[in-house]
Amino acid sequence: MSYASSLYLTGAEVGLSLVGLVLLLVSAWSGPRSGRMLTVIAGAALLAAAVFSIHLFDRASGDVAARAFGDLYRADAFGSFAKVLIYLATAAVLVVTPRFFAQVGGYRGEYPVLMLFNAVGMGMMVSASDLMTLYIGLEMSSLSSYILASFLRQDDRSAEAGLKYFVLGALASGIILYGVSLVYGFTGTTNYEGIRAAFDTNFSTGALFGVVFVLAGLAFKVSAVPFHMWTPDVYEGAPTPVTAFFASAPKVAAMGMLLRMAMDPFAGEVDSWRQIVIFAALASIVVGALGAIGQQNLKRLLAYSSINNVGFILIGLAAATPAGVAGALTYLTIYVAMVVGSFTALLMLRDPTGNNLETFADISGLSTKRPALAWSLLAVMFSLAGIPPLFGFWGKFVVFQAAVQADLVALAVIGIAASVIGAFYYLKFIKVMFFDEPVREVEASSPIGHWAVLAVCVAIISPLGYLLTIPLGEWTAQAAASFVAAM
Amino acid sequence: MEFPILSLMLAVPLAGAIACLFLGAQAARMTALLATLINLALGILLWMNFEIGGAQWQFVERAEIFAGFSYALGIDGIALMLIMLSVFLMPICVLASWDAITKRVGEYMSAFLLMEVLMIGVFAAQDLYLFYIFFEAGLIPMYLIIGVWGGDNRIYASYKFFLYTLLGSVLMLIAMMWMVNQAGTTDIPTLLNYDFDPSAQTWLWLAFFASFAVKMPMWPVHTWLPDAHVQAPTAGSVILAGVLLKLGGYGFIRFSLPMFPEASEQFAWLVYILSMIAVIYTSLVALVQNDMKKLIAYSSVAHMAIVTVGLFAFNVQGIEGAMMVMLGHGLVSGALFLCVGVIYDRLHTREIARYGGLAINMPKYALFFLLFTMASIGLPGTSNFIGEFLALAGIYKVSTLVTLVCTTGIILGAAYMLYLYRRVAFGEQKNADAAAMPDLNAREWAMLAPIAAAVLWMGVYPESFLAPMRQDIAALEARIARAAPDFDADNVIGTPREHNANYVAAAHGEEGAH
Repeated sequence: MSYASSLYLTGAEVGLSLVGLVLLLVSAWSGPRSGRMLTVIAGAALLAAAVFSIHLFDRASGDVAARAFGDLYRADAFGSFAKVLIYLATAAVLVVTPRFFAQVGGYRGEYPVLMLFNAVGMGMMVSASDLMTLYIGLEMSSLSSYILASFLRQDDRSAEAGLKYFVLGALASGIILYGVSLVYGFTGTTNYEGIRAAFDTNFSTGALFGVVFVLAGLAFKVSAVPFHMWTPDVYEGAPTPVTAFFASAPKVAAMGMLLRMAMDPFAGEVDSWRQIVIFAALASIVVGALGAIGQQNLKRLLAYSSINNVGFILIGLAAATPAGVAGALTYLTIYVAMVVGSFTALLMLRDPTGNNLETFADISGLSTKRPALAWSLLAVMFSLAGIPPLFGFWGKFVVFQAAVQADLVALAVIGIAASVIGAFYYLKFIKVMFFDEPVREVEASSPIGHWAVLAVCVAIISPLGYLLTIPLGEWTAQAAASFVAAM
Repeated sequence: MEFPILSLMLAVPLAGAIACLFLGAQAARMTALLATLINLALGILLWMNFEIGGAQWQFVERAEIFAGFSYALGIDGIALMLIMLSVFLMPICVLASWDAITKRVGEYMSAFLLMEVLMIGVFAAQDLYLFYIFFEAGLIPMYLIIGVWGGDNRIYASYKFFLYTLLGSVLMLIAMMWMVNQAGTTDIPTLLNYDFDPSAQTWLWLAFFASFAVKMPMWPVHTWLPDAHVQAPTAGSVILAGVLLKLGGYGFIRFSLPMFPEASEQFAWLVYILSMIAVIYTSLVALVQNDMKKLIAYSSVAHMAIVTVGLFAFNVQGIEGAMMVMLGHGLVSGALFLCVGVIYDRLHTREIARYGGLAINMPKYALFFLLFTMASIGLPGTSNFIGEFLALAGIYKVSTLVTLVCTTGIILGAAYMLYLYRRVAFGEQKNADAAAMPDLNAREWAMLAPIAAAVLWMGVYPESFLAPMRQDIAALEARIARAAPDFDADNVIGTPREHNANYVAAAHGEEGAH
């Protein structure tokens, strides 16, 4: 395994790191004025990384040999698929970011740089095939996330969000590290393949503890119940574009990491962890749905919605079959479109003086003031609720189908019945926008960049999305086959 | 490749719906009327080209453009009749909303046209998941129609409607997934002949029942209906009563009965009991209503109970009757809601006591209202008589008790409908404003006259409607015959006794000859 091949397989991460370092220097010398330019360059770099990942995906479909640096890292179809999602989501968030900070002030060149480093870390998370690589990627992503959360230094809520995220995130990292050390202690290796082989011969109670700790830490990262408490506070406090970012790309990365962890090193011990995942899935669906009902702040509400969505993705994992993994990836893809769309729409909601609107009272009667925006939000909300013919339904459909095929009918029944609770608050969104009388003035127009992102997201989740089901099904099946090949 | 008429019937209203979003009020009204009339014309074309006694599934279209399921359309006689009902009622709904809806007309018409797309889709879908998507998607436009253009308590009603029906149908989705997993196909015609294990059928039947019973609606999950009806705008009520309620019955015919015959027999008693309660209870509730729309809504629940009883009679009369009740009720209750709408537009109240003596100042209106009242009661010569008679004849072959109770319901139906009519149209003109209302205008004529003609046609010559369905109902009956329940009062004709009852043995006879 030559260095050239290793560097080629990690090309996206290497390239993004280099761009990030150069941009860091540029921003240090040119001061805060260069922020917008750096954002454009960072966005372009992310798109290039996404294109490169697509190339790797085509090349690596089902190819087990796509390993770099002595199997510390795998550029397989799964990793490449997740990376395309991550990079595209990050780029989309960058498009809608500068205008927010232009209003509240405090935009600096560090922001796109941090996003780039975050993207590098996330790429490593989904591609790592060794506990060490995994931890480095995780920390790289987490540390930049803590800073991003508190990026509005003058704002108390933002600072609080950053601190809260940091303290709880560090705790979760500690839990993972503890689990990692136990796993290493009982298997004598940090390599996924090695762990798996060792578990197959002997799976002791101590190793089980390791698995449980690792999964608990990862559950924190995906904000699954009962490790979700930080999510509403951080989502509410962080600047809105950062919230949009947290809800999309890092979610994909953490979920990708969890899927790989569960289906590769721990794949032999499905019966040991399935009940944990089932509990987390159902608890997330229920808590995410119930917690959202009383919320007035839209960001907080969307935070609970993301907890709720994580529950559905975990149902795909609980199936522990290739179809389940493919379903979870399909769900993630659609989820990214929905969440980016919803936050972009939220960023477009401003009063005439430019202040951001973020409570239910603010969007009352929006359909008469901004019909296009209101209809877009309507599509996003019905999609999140999983009502056909919107594409969000397809995400739920594939994970529940995987659960039914894996004979987890009871899980599917409880999960889908609980999804009806969730429909309640998505309906409230629509009720407030369409049925209530307008009370607030809203800004009459939005920049073209926001419209473009929103239009792409809405086009994906509209019924047109069903035309994507065949290619999406093939791609996710290929991605899921990475693990089968490893099995 | 045949001409894809079913796809065209979906595409026309869809294009209209998109166009209406961008049009002004008057242009949107015209577009909506045009689109629905084109669809009506296409529907008539469909009926004329439907080959009675031909292949079971006609106008079949199939395109593999989705993963996991296919875009497969096709209709049999049952679906044809229900599609005809939908396309017939739609232009009337647009006319009914012509003046009544003044705010956000484009969006309103758009929602209605979308509704039409989805209803035709439900009846034409030949793929299980495609059916589900159309079935469930109907919630969105109906939620908006009730919520945006409804009455005072519209928000409560819209939530109740949405969440009730959603909870019912998600369970059906899981059952569908299980079935597809088991049978390995999503094709409805194939599934119709797939024999599921009877023990699994029990669960599948219950999951489908949860969805269809709410849609139907059956007692005790009918409570969303009066709220939704009362709050919806007139045309919304017409579509709700005329077509949406038929989705439940269609579901029983298409899925529950042929796919799970054993379970259907196993739970027939449940259906009978719920239906008997519904007939008596909701009829009694209808008697004491002060709100006209609520009264008709409760009467819908009672009529739908006759449908379920007829369906679960497991014989040809029962099922034919149930279909005829569905078609007849679709027309009649739709027309009754229109009648309410006509006077609501003039006086803006649905309270029965605010009217009275309308026969004096609105004689033409009173005539139409009388016709539809009589049709709702099931007077011979009107559409509902055929359906109710057949359905009750069908159930009589299974259970005399159920027949007795349900027939009582029809008597109660006569009571509440005649009582309503007396209070609205007869008596003295108590209220000056009601007495000053003008009679029907041309637009209202155009709404009510076609329905009246259809009601009479169906009552006088039902063969036109029964003929396309006959073969399909016979096929259904053959499919479920193996599970048909026994006749409760199966009286066997005994061999006659040798002698009369007063016969006295010969020996005694001689003695008594004195």
